[in-house]
Amino acid sequence: MSAIYSLYIINKSGGLIFYKDYGSKGRMDTNDSLRVASLWHSMHAISQQLSPTTGCTGIELLEADTFDLHCFQSLTGTKFFVVCEPGTQNMEALLKVVYELYTDYVLKNPFYEMEMPIRCELFDINLTQAIQKDRVVLLGR
Amino acid sequence: MQFFGGSEISPSPPVPTATGNNAHMMYIFNRNGVCLLYREWNRPLHTLNSQQDHKLMFGLLFSLKSLTAKMDPTNAEKGNLGIPQLPGQGCSFHSFRTNTYKLSFMETPSGIKFILITNPRTGDLRETLKYIYNLYVEYVAKNALYTPGTLIRCELFNTALDQYVRSIA
Repeated sequence: MSAIYSLYIINKSGGLIFYKDYGSKGRMDTNDSLRVASLWHSMHAISQQLSPTTGCTGIELLEADTFDLHCFQSLTGTKFFVVCEPGTQNMEALLKVVYELYTDYVLKNPFYEMEMPIRCELFDINLTQAIQKDRVVLLGR
Repeated sequence: MQFFGGSEISPSPPVPTATGNNAHMMYIFNRNGVCLLYREWNRPLHTLNSQQDHKLMFGLLFSLKSLTAKMDPTNAEKGNLGIPQLPGQGCSFHSFRTNTYKLSFMETPSGIKFILITNPRTGDLRETLKYIYNLYVEYVAKNALYTPGTLIRCELFNTALDQYVRSIA
């Protein structure tokens, strides 16, 4: 039973560039995942408008009945978010790891076009390894 | 305070711990998006005028509920994104946190939405919101002079709410 349900990466304009589902019953088709990603991008922006104090950088954690959603936004506006079981720990650290993998295997890839969907084999392989390691750590408690 | 029928406010409120770091704001909406109450205790930044602010808040919550219902990983049968959900239907969120604030949300079966905005280190406020709902039932819903769907102008409710919110850590 994995603690992580799915992972999304969206570019600075809100378009989905990466979506991976790790075994949830709510697996979505391409169109739905695109819609959900754009909706999240907008919600993230609107939440900054409603802040009572200055310096809000958007939603970092959304807690729902059956899942939690952790979001990390890089300085360039690329958002990484993961849907996981409620109460899962260390998701922030995982998102930072994913960001590092993104910079190493995607951005440094000379054939990768910015803002386009990610199709880099090495990124997929290393990402799976990172998630697996996380899973082992979580379940091995 | 004697209520007709001697009803108890339940659930009993969470024990107040700290001296009270005031909440920032509170909104109450009905199912049609009418803002029934907006209380402000500590808001240094006003981005929009109040009409737009209420509409934006309601719109954000409506869309977030639609998003969580669609994203629910435990439910295979879902409608399309954007279908209006009945209160209680589909997975709903109960809070979200940013770096500057935490928003806690509760929707009653009748579609009344309670939103409380506090500092980001606040814990789970679901019991708190349930208590505030009970305050609403006692002071507003049972008020013979209050017309449902209109702005709440009940002094006792405001006082009780302010007093209670001051006691939340």
